[in-house]
Amino acid sequence: MTTKINTYKKFSNVFLLIFALFFTFSLKSIASEPQEEIVSEVHENIGAAVSHETIKNPNANVDIAAVAMEHISDSHFWHLYGEGHDAVSFPLPVILYSNINGLQFFMSSKFNHGHDAYGNYSIVDEKIVSSNPTESLFDISITKNVAQLLFSALLIIWIFLSIASSYKKQGITSAPKGKQSFFEPLIVFVRDEIAKENIGHGYAKYVPYLLTVFFIILINNVIGMIPISANLTGNIAFTLVLSLGTFIVTNINGNKDYWKHIFLPKPFFLWLILMPIELAGIFIKPFALMLRLFANMAAGHIIVISLVGLIFVFKSIYMAPVSIAFTLFIDLLECLVALLQAYIFTMLTALFIGASTADHNHDGAHTDDDEKLVKGH
Amino acid sequence: MTSTFILASLIEPAVGLIFWTTLTFILLLVILGKFAWKPILTAINTREKGIEDALASAENALNEMRELKSSNEKILSDARTERDNLLKEARDTKDSIIAEAKAKSQSEADRIMSSAREQITNEKNAAVAELKNQVATLSIEIAEKILRSELSNDEKQKALVNNLMKDVNLN
Repeated sequence: MTTKINTYKKFSNVFLLIFALFFTFSLKSIASEPQEEIVSEVHENIGAAVSHETIKNPNANVDIAAVAMEHISDSHFWHLYGEGHDAVSFPLPVILYSNINGLQFFMSSKFNHGHDAYGNYSIVDEKIVSSNPTESLFDISITKNVAQLLFSALLIIWIFLSIASSYKKQGITSAPKGKQSFFEPLIVFVRDEIAKENIGHGYAKYVPYLLTVFFIILINNVIGMIPISANLTGNIAFTLVLSLGTFIVTNINGNKDYWKHIFLPKPFFLWLILMPIELAGIFIKPFALMLRLFANMAAGHIIVISLVGLIFVFKSIYMAPVSIAFTLFIDLLECLVALLQAYIFTMLTALFIGASTADHNHDGAHTDDDEKLVKGH
Repeated sequence: MTSTFILASLIEPAVGLIFWTTLTFILLLVILGKFAWKPILTAINTREKGIEDALASAENALNEMRELKSSNEKILSDARTERDNLLKEARDTKDSIIAEAKAKSQSEADRIMSSAREQITNEKNAAVAELKNQVATLSIEIAEKILRSELSNDEKQKALVNNLMKDVNLN
């Protein structure tokens, strides 16, 4: 147990360093540019991505990156097909809390596909902004992602409540049927291979939490693969909440050994170095969880849209078979990733819980087991 | 540049989605925890325990059967030994009884024989004695009858006397 965690910790630290460096640089380069200019440029580009101008002028370049980013970001409309004024999309409810006007509720169709302003409010870069500079807004609208989240929540509740009732109806002596026979192995997998394996003694308490995390990620990953659906699991707000859950569960249940290991790491002469690292590790671990799920799912969607975008980049219909072949391959890979990321998130959550609740003795933990684990990876 | 800016907005979590995700996630935890995971896990655990118990009891039954079989075999072999012993004993008993009976009958026969022989001797002796008596009686009677006929007239009496006298040597 211990050795596994330590190995993982080493890896996650390295990864995090790389991530941190990457994001620092990218943000720095953005910050050095004049802000307003970028905003207007963005707005133009998103609108014009594959719009009338492109159709009118087939030689116009398509900004695939902007299309991809638009594709994976949240929206106040559920866009089905078409571009610009011809776009077919469902309006979604907007809920705003303003320090001036209080709680407000209206449909996003008021914005006319984001082209018009509604009162003081207008949509800039998929965000609702107020023209009044003193007004601050909390946008708790039912966006595309929120709508999918609520739908998936209802779907999950329906699936598992009906499974629970079929256990009650059929009893436990008969073999599982239908949904039950599909989900029962997954439930048993989460319980045995994730919870029992990584938490050990007293794992039963955490199984419901792990199951909920596993299925909310899995179901949304799968829904996210449907072309018109939202990219919920590839949204950092969603992964933030889930990893925050991991953070809370891990630290609330942390025992004496866990805190002792963080604040009084051995050997003592390295205390000055180890203590800050261990302390940072508390935050780094869920942070890495958040980034991993977000980056994996977002990247999958970006790859698919980029491959389709190859047709527009090459401006040739003969690129289509290549794009389709690659997209098919990536989609199959995404099927695997959908399951894998749900597994990894849940497994690591269980691992962190296991690390914080295990009553182990840290002495002599770095043995040849470490090497075995590295080889195993 | 444009896309980099959107990337920045992409990694900036939206308040609304955080709010809804938190709410939904907590509700899911509560609802599923109470109405789905609890009954499902209980059912799965119960079934697994049932299967385990069934397997264990089957194993036990098998072991019991095996034990029963071995004990049966033991009983059978014991019975066989017992039977052999009994037969052997019976044979021995039979032999000894026969031998004893033989010896006994022999001695009895001997006894009977000797007693018979003794009896025969006695009887014979008695018969001989009787015969002797009879012969004596008969001899006397014959002698009497002869005497009567010899001495029926005077001449004969005289002849007899003479005859007898002839035999007697008067020394």
